[in-house]
Amino acid sequence: MDPRELYQEMILEHNKKPRNFGVIAEANRHAEGHNPVCGDHITLHLHLEGEQIQGVSFEGHSCAICKASASMMTAQVKGKTVAEAETLIQEFRDMVTGKLDTKTQPHHLGRLTVLAGVSELPSRVKCAVLPWHTLHSAFVAQETASTEKEF
Amino acid sequence: MSDALHISEKALPGGLDIGGVRADFPILQRSIHGKPLVYLDNAASSQMPQQVIDRLVHYQTHEHANVHRGVHTLSQLATTEYENARHKVMNFIGAADAREIIFVRGTTEGINLVMHGYGRAFLKEGDEIILSAMEHHANIVPWQMLRDEKKVVLRIIPMDDTGELLLDEYEKLFNARTKLVAITHVSNALGTINPVREMIATARQHGVPVLLDGAQAAPHLPVNVQDLDCDFYVFSSHKMCGPTGVGILYGKAALLEKMQPYQGGGDMILNVTFERTTYNEIPYKFEAGTPAIAAGIGLGSAIDYITGIGLERIAAHEHALLNYATEAVRDIKGLRIIGTARHKAAVLSFTLDEIHPHDIGTILDHQGIAVRAGHHCAQPVMQRFGVAATARASFAFYNTFEEVDALVAGIHTVQKVFA
Repeated sequence: MDPRELYQEMILEHNKKPRNFGVIAEANRHAEGHNPVCGDHITLHLHLEGEQIQGVSFEGHSCAICKASASMMTAQVKGKTVAEAETLIQEFRDMVTGKLDTKTQPHHLGRLTVLAGVSELPSRVKCAVLPWHTLHSAFVAQETASTEKEF
Repeated sequence: MSDALHISEKALPGGLDIGGVRADFPILQRSIHGKPLVYLDNAASSQMPQQVIDRLVHYQTHEHANVHRGVHTLSQLATTEYENARHKVMNFIGAADAREIIFVRGTTEGINLVMHGYGRAFLKEGDEIILSAMEHHANIVPWQMLRDEKKVVLRIIPMDDTGELLLDEYEKLFNARTKLVAITHVSNALGTINPVREMIATARQHGVPVLLDGAQAAPHLPVNVQDLDCDFYVFSSHKMCGPTGVGILYGKAALLEKMQPYQGGGDMILNVTFERTTYNEIPYKFEAGTPAIAAGIGLGSAIDYITGIGLERIAAHEHALLNYATEAVRDIKGLRIIGTARHKAAVLSFTLDEIHPHDIGTILDHQGIAVRAGHHCAQPVMQRFGVAATARASFAFYNTFEEVDALVAGIHTVQKVFA
């Protein structure tokens, strides 16, 4: 795979100008995602009202894959319910671990499919998944997440 | 089969016959993602020449049996070859006695052995161990385990912004409770070659033994443990063209004899009853169980190969590569070299703009260029320089100036992708 296939315009653009980057004052859930081996470190801030995601933001230092994934994730889940977001988390994990072929199987990932190429780079799967894992941690009120052991 | 080398004679005595050397390494002929492999991750693990590969095949094909046990021919043969390898290691590092050469799994196990056999046996609460700020985790974590168990104190030699240890501060760390100095000879993350001779002399004035982590030194510069007067020296086979799974702990015989065994089992005993066991002599006291026989013999073959080229010649070529690479990247806007000590091994650690080293590593890989990206098992070094990670190109004697050019072109491509 050509690196440009992975580092597509949309990913680079999200890396350069991440959406929902920073802290939201109304946040009532926080979780930290950390992959110490590669150095990706993000903090997720979540504003939950009942089952509704009113707002979500992130901050921290990470590689382009992780940052673009976090940026696109926050844009995608805002306004959704926790259950809808959990479906996306599962589908995203399945996509980047090669279990979901977004070209042939139904899914709700939309533009997140630009990250499908990560499945061909086993060492980078954990980068892409970290924000999603961290979001799940925020839902279940765990304070830290890591994806280095799993992928 | 002999371990005879067929390094091109025309290279001797002057520079390196790089074409001849590269022809010895079959893996260097392969391509990665359709591009010629440019292997610049030698500080993590080096590649193996055909001579060593052949030696391994020959051993498994004709010589294998367990060592130090049987009276039959193959066991004798395997034992002889394995002990020959020990002698080659002895000569390679200038040790006085083959009994001072202990086969271990690698540098990490060597340090753990000293922690257990020396540290746990002789250190008491309040005793102090001096480490440096540029240690690999392998030379930090075992001592932290000892700290937690024995309540000893770890004192850290600080370094300056170039990655050189502050020797004045080092001297100040000594006191009556100092029981060990454990420092790296060459930094894996920065490339710094520490002034270990001077540092050992200082420790000697205080009567303190010194362990040197030689994992990054032994493959790249001549080492003589008697000349250095170090008490322990540890290094790994797989960073010097040998197989993985074997490394060396050198220790002064007088110290090794006093130390407690690291693991119990076969080969390390003289006599066992259910009441008591008499331990074997050194080095066997520290070599419980069947060792990595083929790997040990392979290491012997790798030493033949390296000494056939000559460590002075290797060091000179790698130094030229480092200088060339350092000059070449100087003009790359946004590139920051981490580790600019005056005396450096051929390690080029760097950051590039705000681009994460893992992105650098992935994009370089797709151009066939293998570098390490991450914290290099030296997180305190990363913290010292205020970075989460770096990209690291580390050179070996089989690397070429053209490969440095490929690296520079690759870095430009990374910048273009992220422009």
